[in-house]
Amino acid sequence: MSEYLVNIQNLKLSFFTPAGEVKALNDVTIQMKQGDVLGIVGESGSGKSVTAYSLMGLVPEPGRIISGSIEFDGHPMHTMTEKELRQIRGNEISIIFQDPMTSLNPVFTVGNQIEEVILLHTDKNRKQARERAEELLNLVGINEPRKRLRQYPHELSGGMRQRVMIAIALACEPKLLIADEPTTALDVTIQAQILELMNDLKEKIGMSIIMITHDLGVVASMCEKIAVMYAGKIVEYGTADEIFYNPHHEYTKGLLLSIPKLTATDHEKLIPIEGTPVDMLMPPKGCPFAPRCNSCMKICLKEMPPYTDVNDDHYSACWLLQKQAYKMIKDGVAR
Amino acid sequence: MNKLVEVQNLKQYFPAGSNSLFNKRFIKAVDDVSFSINKGETLGLVGESGCGKTTTGKSTIRLHEPTAGKIIYDGKDITKVNMLPYRRKMQIVFQDPYASLDPRMTVSDIVGEAIDIHKLASSKAERKDKVITILERVGLNSEHANRFPHEFSGGQRQRIGIARSLAVDPEFIVCDEPVSALDVSIQAQIINMFEDLQDEMGLTYLFIAHDLSVVKHISNRIGVMYLGKLVELADSLELAFHSLHPYTKSLVSAIPVPDPRISRQQKRIVLEGDVPSPLDPPSGCRFRTRCQYATKICAEQEPEFKEVASDHFVACHHCCE
Repeated sequence: MSEYLVNIQNLKLSFFTPAGEVKALNDVTIQMKQGDVLGIVGESGSGKSVTAYSLMGLVPEPGRIISGSIEFDGHPMHTMTEKELRQIRGNEISIIFQDPMTSLNPVFTVGNQIEEVILLHTDKNRKQARERAEELLNLVGINEPRKRLRQYPHELSGGMRQRVMIAIALACEPKLLIADEPTTALDVTIQAQILELMNDLKEKIGMSIIMITHDLGVVASMCEKIAVMYAGKIVEYGTADEIFYNPHHEYTKGLLLSIPKLTATDHEKLIPIEGTPVDMLMPPKGCPFAPRCNSCMKICLKEMPPYTDVNDDHYSACWLLQKQAYKMIKDGVAR
Repeated sequence: MNKLVEVQNLKQYFPAGSNSLFNKRFIKAVDDVSFSINKGETLGLVGESGCGKTTTGKSTIRLHEPTAGKIIYDGKDITKVNMLPYRRKMQIVFQDPYASLDPRMTVSDIVGEAIDIHKLASSKAERKDKVITILERVGLNSEHANRFPHEFSGGQRQRIGIARSLAVDPEFIVCDEPVSALDVSIQAQIINMFEDLQDEMGLTYLFIAHDLSVVKHISNRIGVMYLGKLVELADSLELAFHSLHPYTKSLVSAIPVPDPRISRQQKRIVLEGDVPSPLDPPSGCRFRTRCQYATKICAEQEPEFKEVASDHFVACHHCCE
């Protein structure tokens, strides 16, 4: 048994589409201990969801793992068969999807869908499963659980459906919960309810959480560790405080400057990141962020930057952090 | 101050089936909303989905025919007039840059359509020049003119949508969630562009969005809507820091602050339950079912939308106690 609950090493994953190979993940390494809450932030297409799905063995066609390993709680997830994966999915890892409107089955009652998980993974009988389902709905803050169990998803509001999704995810007390943009489709006041609920549950149950989102506000309030992804690569990783107050990658810095802040008292112009996101069919050679980077040097366009440790728990992939780069700038070789 | 747009007691009802032959039911999407926008100003409208902010925006430029109420543009009542001359002055940018551009038209046709309709160009060459000038103004270039929408990314499409609205040299633009479908890094580009265009062309905006931080950034004043009603209207800083209506307060507190030290101590006012159905809104104050201060009077009487401080309007029975 390794010391890590999640241990993804140098994962490379590509989608072989008719238009060509899309390198969705490029050398992704993630390690999480039991109880960690990790936030993965990035723009659409940066590979944050694919990372989480690959951890569950849910890579959709035509995606394939090229190299690297995925270990969860000592199980080598990348070599396991579908049958073995099923034992783990929903039982030890579960996932909440972005859109609660489409991720529940419209033709089964809520109760049916919660009980299904319990019956599949535990040796409880139907009656016990129903009791457990009721208990779960109570836990996620749904009133009149007995009545709700008999209702169909269309009878519930968006926030309620997301609570049901969370109840399903928690049914077997998983060691790891993956939340894929759990609040993006919801209104702000409902988002606040769901975030509050997840914070509560984290403390009550003590599970690890991977929170995938593009909203820096959500990660700031929920996560201890943050991985920033860009074009299939983790460009910076560190504790929440390090990422927000001591960012070292130009992309992270750019992101933080480009969001309007409610707490600002005077009107400061936003500083956007210029350019457009990477075309994943034709990624640039070298650092994927180089074409949009203000501090781009010659080497950035040629070679992928290695990871540099900023301190113990914080690393970033940027040539600027390499000592030689500083020397070269000083000598006027680079730029 | 010079009022450019004035909306008085606007009501917009949509028929929603009937429970019997003579008893028609209506969704009161916008119910008695009044506000005005000064020349060169940006008025923000925020609220949750279904609160009527988009409907208000569309009714203001008469893309919906208002059920009741008056819309006054530059001193003239335009509630019942032929809109064609006013379409040159009032434009709209839509939320979804994927659905709001015709996939079979080239960019130059999309932008040029309005130029043709209003006969703003006397020759083909002039039309082409005009289109290219506008495209350049929104950060695209002449090469883009002959391409189709599917060849562009979301941010670029939104630029095309903005170019289309600028084609007729408008004075007033309704921006209906123009940045919600975009990635964060692109969002800032578009917001900055809206601000630059306003400075250059003296535009007036009605800026609709659900993201209060974005609205606060771009607007001079902000109106907050709940279930078809305007519940608070104030200067944007005043609203962000000294809001009075309990709904606005919870809305402000619910926004996750992108700053770990602040957000760890942040006390969210979490509202119970969901927004009631607009088919059957609560009596009296519409917010009372989720309000922690609600008393008897809230159920009986509808609160008046009154000015409690200079330029700060609130509709609440209890906020000034």
